[in-house]
Amino acid sequence: MIMDSTLDKAKKGKPVTILSLPKGELKVQLIRLGITEGETVKCLERLPGGTIILQKNRQEIAVGYDLAKNIKVILQ
Amino acid sequence: MKSDSILNLNDKQLKKLEFSETQKLVTDKKVVLAGNPNVGKSLFFNHLSGMYVDVSNFPGTTISISKASYKGNTIYDTPGVYGVSSFNDEERVARDIILSADRILNVVNALHLERDLFLTLQLIEMGKPVTVLLNFSDEVKKRKIKIDVERLSELLGVDVIETSAVKKDGFDKLDYAIENARKGTQELELHFLLQQVMEKGASQAASLLILEGDNEIAELNELPCGTPDEREKIYINRRNKVNEIVDEIEHEDSRKGEFFNLLGKYSLNPLTGIPILGFVLVLVYFFIGEFVSQQVVDFTENKIGVEIFEYNVKSLMADYTATDIVVEVIDNNDNVIDSETFIFPDGMNELPQLKTQFEEFSTQPGTAIDFTFHNPIAQLLFGEFGVITMTVTYLIFLLLPLVIGFYLVMAFLEDSGYLPRLATMLDRAFNKVGLNGKAVIPIMLGFGCVTMANVTTRILGSNREKSIVTAILQFVIPCSAQLAVIAVLLSGAGIKPLLIFAVVIFSVLIALSTILNRMLPGESSPLLIDLPSMKIPNISNVLKKTYFRSIGFMKEAGVWFFVGALGIGILQITGLLVVWQDLLAPLTTDWLMLPKEAANAFVMGMVRRDFGAAGLFELSLTTMQITVAIITITLFVPCIASFVVMLKERGWKEGLSIWFGTWIVAFTIGGLVAQLIII
Repeated sequence: MIMDSTLDKAKKGKPVTILSLPKGELKVQLIRLGITEGETVKCLERLPGGTIILQKNRQEIAVGYDLAKNIKVILQ
Repeated sequence: MKSDSILNLNDKQLKKLEFSETQKLVTDKKVVLAGNPNVGKSLFFNHLSGMYVDVSNFPGTTISISKASYKGNTIYDTPGVYGVSSFNDEERVARDIILSADRILNVVNALHLERDLFLTLQLIEMGKPVTVLLNFSDEVKKRKIKIDVERLSELLGVDVIETSAVKKDGFDKLDYAIENARKGTQELELHFLLQQVMEKGASQAASLLILEGDNEIAELNELPCGTPDEREKIYINRRNKVNEIVDEIEHEDSRKGEFFNLLGKYSLNPLTGIPILGFVLVLVYFFIGEFVSQQVVDFTENKIGVEIFEYNVKSLMADYTATDIVVEVIDNNDNVIDSETFIFPDGMNELPQLKTQFEEFSTQPGTAIDFTFHNPIAQLLFGEFGVITMTVTYLIFLLLPLVIGFYLVMAFLEDSGYLPRLATMLDRAFNKVGLNGKAVIPIMLGFGCVTMANVTTRILGSNREKSIVTAILQFVIPCSAQLAVIAVLLSGAGIKPLLIFAVVIFSVLIALSTILNRMLPGESSPLLIDLPSMKIPNISNVLKKTYFRSIGFMKEAGVWFFVGALGIGILQITGLLVVWQDLLAPLTTDWLMLPKEAANAFVMGMVRRDFGAAGLFELSLTTMQITVAIITITLFVPCIASFVVMLKERGWKEGLSIWFGTWIVAFTIGGLVAQLIII
């Protein structure tokens, strides 16, 4: 099933496609770390409360809940 | 060959050059090592710098910059950054050094090309002569990842040299790397935009940063700054180009799990992560709490500091100036079993016989010697709160071992890759009070020394986070000196006072941070961190980090400990200290229900957290009085050095509000508890 959602709802081990990132400095930092709109990455872990750990190839990035809920994604 | 040509002219020349050690090297160049965090930059720097490294603080920051000379050139190390911009102090420092570089050695983690090449492309777009050092090449082979190095070099337009810094592989090619650093392939479209800024007089490197919206650089060049949208466009183009390059040159045959990768994974899984967190905390506790603060500090402070250093300095003074000396002999149970007073109206040298008697008496085991100098200046410098005696003992023999211990643990956790995972695990808990997981770093350091932690609040993302953490540190976090006092007072008092203490302090922590989170304007920054793979830290790197940070802290805060001692010394000599104690006495006896002498602990606690508390040990307090005493001294004002560093970091208004706030909270909460539990 494919649905529009936000990153904090991602399920462990499932791929997520980034639809849009919040504007500003954080977006720039995400781009530097390899997370851009249109990119598909894996949700490696979802900690209780909604801290998300993303994996893109060998790269692992922790995204706090407050940022994750502002990132629009497609969950698969 | 210096030109702004968009063509890469050096390709043919490269073919003619052979790797050779005897090759003549350029001179008088500023060679800068740049790269992402955790790529092994320092190992290259250590190799090139040899013995003589010049470390200085970058103006206006605590970030230390190492430089060294190498075969007539100057080599600079820079803080690890993901890109050249100005999001924080480290980036600003790296940016300024990179802007002034003649040649750049860009260290790249071959396992993280997608992340690291972003900086590489930016450096190339800045028009700087670059050579890429592809580090961790051995790991790449071990994991059966294929990287087409030649093609990468072609695409970038600069040399790419495979290295493994840990094994010193490729170090023999560093001269070649410096000599042949060159301007890489320029992106046509971007270069066109850059030319327009360059025509107005900025360098290519500065022009790129101006287009990317760096205000500081734009102002410096008196040029209009690019918009956030323009920056985003440049960033997305660069990101796409990196992805294309990586797609073309890298192939992974099989994924091989490794112990440390698994450890990294388990440390983030909620089921296994919490036991791992507990294990790490217990280890840290045993190292710092048991080993450093008990055994090491006991030896350095009492043996070296008091018995050797202070005794010799004070008796040297006593040789020449009027002095009263009280010697007490104390047994193992802290009881005074013998005591004698020696009075030298004109110094010890005038009464050689009495001096001999004193020396014989004071060499018994278990003696405590108290010198009182008649001359006020001598008392100020060498007396009980002597600026020279007390402060040196405190700084060098008590605080320094602790600071080193804490920085060592931090460097170890940082280099092992666990620290960012710890911050991630705790992020949600910190979110509740308007912080993110990174706040764990200053708060953890606060249990060592709140002054040290106050400086570290700089790593936090926003002003409001810095304010919240600074307040938490001053109000509720007991530093090691204070923990020692609490431990002594609690010993033998049973579990009940400890429980009441923990509940009260924790409630204050929650209330304080919740109120601040609601009251303070603005927004906290969410967590966004890169999780490096877990590894065994390089010990020499850990030691080096610890060394520079400890030195940096002592330089920054040391002078305030002297100022504090001077202040309290003057209060003592002028008699104001007694007036102050009398003023506080009614509050102590009627409201806190403690003996009058306990006021001492509050007065002296303003200087040093363990001061005056010794007075509490001698009073026979009931269990509930002990509970009130430890609650009140924990919530009470920070030591004088913390106070001054806090004023410097957070400004007068905020610093003073926090300081007076601790008075109010300490006495209100302490008093309420006293009224409830002491009848």
